[in-house]
Amino acid sequence: MSSEKSNLQKILEAGHFSVSSEIGPPMSANGQFVRGHAKELAGLVDAANVTDCQTAIVRMSSVAACCLCAQEGLEPVLQMTCRDRNRIAIQSDLLGAAALGLKNLVVLSGDHQSFGNHPQAKNVFDVDSVQLLAALRDQAENSVFMSGAKTKMPAEFFLGSTANPFADPEELQLIRLEKKINAGAKFIQTQAIYNIERFGRWMEKVRARGLHERAYILAGIVVNKSQRSIEMTGIVPGMDIPEALIERMRKAEDEQAEGVSIALELIEEIRKIEGVSGLHIMAIGWETIVPTILERAGFLPRPKV
Amino acid sequence: MIIAEPKKLADVLCAVEPYRNVAVAGCGTCVTVCLAGGEKEALGVAGMIRLAAKEAGREVIVSVTNPIRQCDMEFLDSHEAELEEADCILSLACGAGVQFMAEKFPDKVVVPGVDTKFIGVNRDLGYWTEMCQGCGNCILEKTGGVCPVSRCSKSHFNGPCGGSSTGKCEIDPETECGWQLIYDRLSRINQLDRLLEVNETRDWSTSRDGGPRIVRRQDVTL
Repeated sequence: MSSEKSNLQKILEAGHFSVSSEIGPPMSANGQFVRGHAKELAGLVDAANVTDCQTAIVRMSSVAACCLCAQEGLEPVLQMTCRDRNRIAIQSDLLGAAALGLKNLVVLSGDHQSFGNHPQAKNVFDVDSVQLLAALRDQAENSVFMSGAKTKMPAEFFLGSTANPFADPEELQLIRLEKKINAGAKFIQTQAIYNIERFGRWMEKVRARGLHERAYILAGIVVNKSQRSIEMTGIVPGMDIPEALIERMRKAEDEQAEGVSIALELIEEIRKIEGVSGLHIMAIGWETIVPTILERAGFLPRPKV
Repeated sequence: MIIAEPKKLADVLCAVEPYRNVAVAGCGTCVTVCLAGGEKEALGVAGMIRLAAKEAGREVIVSVTNPIRQCDMEFLDSHEAELEEADCILSLACGAGVQFMAEKFPDKVVVPGVDTKFIGVNRDLGYWTEMCQGCGNCILEKTGGVCPVSRCSKSHFNGPCGGSSTGKCEIDPETECGWQLIYDRLSRINQLDRLLEVNETRDWSTSRDGGPRIVRRQDVTL
């Protein structure tokens, strides 16, 4: 890369166990909302994803919210879905993102618009995430757009994508993960993990394919605030929450404390699994708990690289 | 075949209400087979138009005509005399037939009586599913005979999204995951190795994205 590497990339390349988090931009033009959350996380995590209209709900653009985060000293990870933009718009936005200094990018399919607040919308899916990763690697390496047309200054990113250890069919999902890594993904953020046993088995297969050596696997954790929160998380497609954990939240006298305990237990178990290079903590709607989790899990202070 | 569904009767009645001489035109091909716009449906709709007019105390002449195909000018020509008197033609053909009817009778009002849905198949009584979007560049040989464009909700070319669970699509527990179907088929025909092949970025100009499409073939031209 011609420009300096991102903090996240440097942390991972130095062999540290990375810790990232996530900010969901507001359903409004309220920049202070983003700035506020960015300030809470700055210095505590290595980087934070800024979601791209997650669950197909219209929110402030990821590029704009990433810039607000960067201004507050939090390194952002731009998300770009294939749902809302064709190849012209994606490449254009990413040129802009690179020009604004954004260095980390997660490419993903995007939840189907039928989940969101504009189910009447057309979707795009001009390219899929494997194709987009390959195209962005080509752009960075060969200064070409998807059409083959040349650019004098390509957009370069620390490229990542996502994987869901609990989606079906398992073998095909692993093949798809391998395709993403073949296409240029250097880090992979997983769907939220609640079922440690199943995640462990998935990681065995990831290791058997040697994928953990070719991309950093960053395990996803969601911190739930309440019984309702864990139940709502459970209905997200491709999520696997063992009934025992939901039951614990139901019976808990202090649901918030129980949510934190569950998250800390999961983190402890995940850290024991070979091939996991970092943790990606998602506490959408409860960002203020992230510092507590990081402190209690022993992730602070973060290494300087 | 092309699958269509009858429009709501109230909407059809509303569309033809201003006219005194309505010709209901069924179509003998796809819409007959999918029970949306054949002769039987044409007779039914014609009866309802007459009934509605009678109840409202309006005079209306309603005729029924059934070209073999409304997407073929030859068959429209052979029904020209029957349709000539009408001031409104209610076409029960697919969107292609409705438009061809409007071309045939440029001075008449032509309204649709069905909603054209998709290219699909009949799986059970009253149950049709989409199989093809006519994208103009078929890759079924790579995907075990299951189309990723039409049967994956996101038209993914390189495997399922993370929303595939127990063989179902994230959008709806009734909808099968297209990539699960592809996987199952490739595994039965011993072609799972095809799954690691990267399907390159598509050229969508062969699809609707290239504008209204035309096929011209010298080999079938006189």
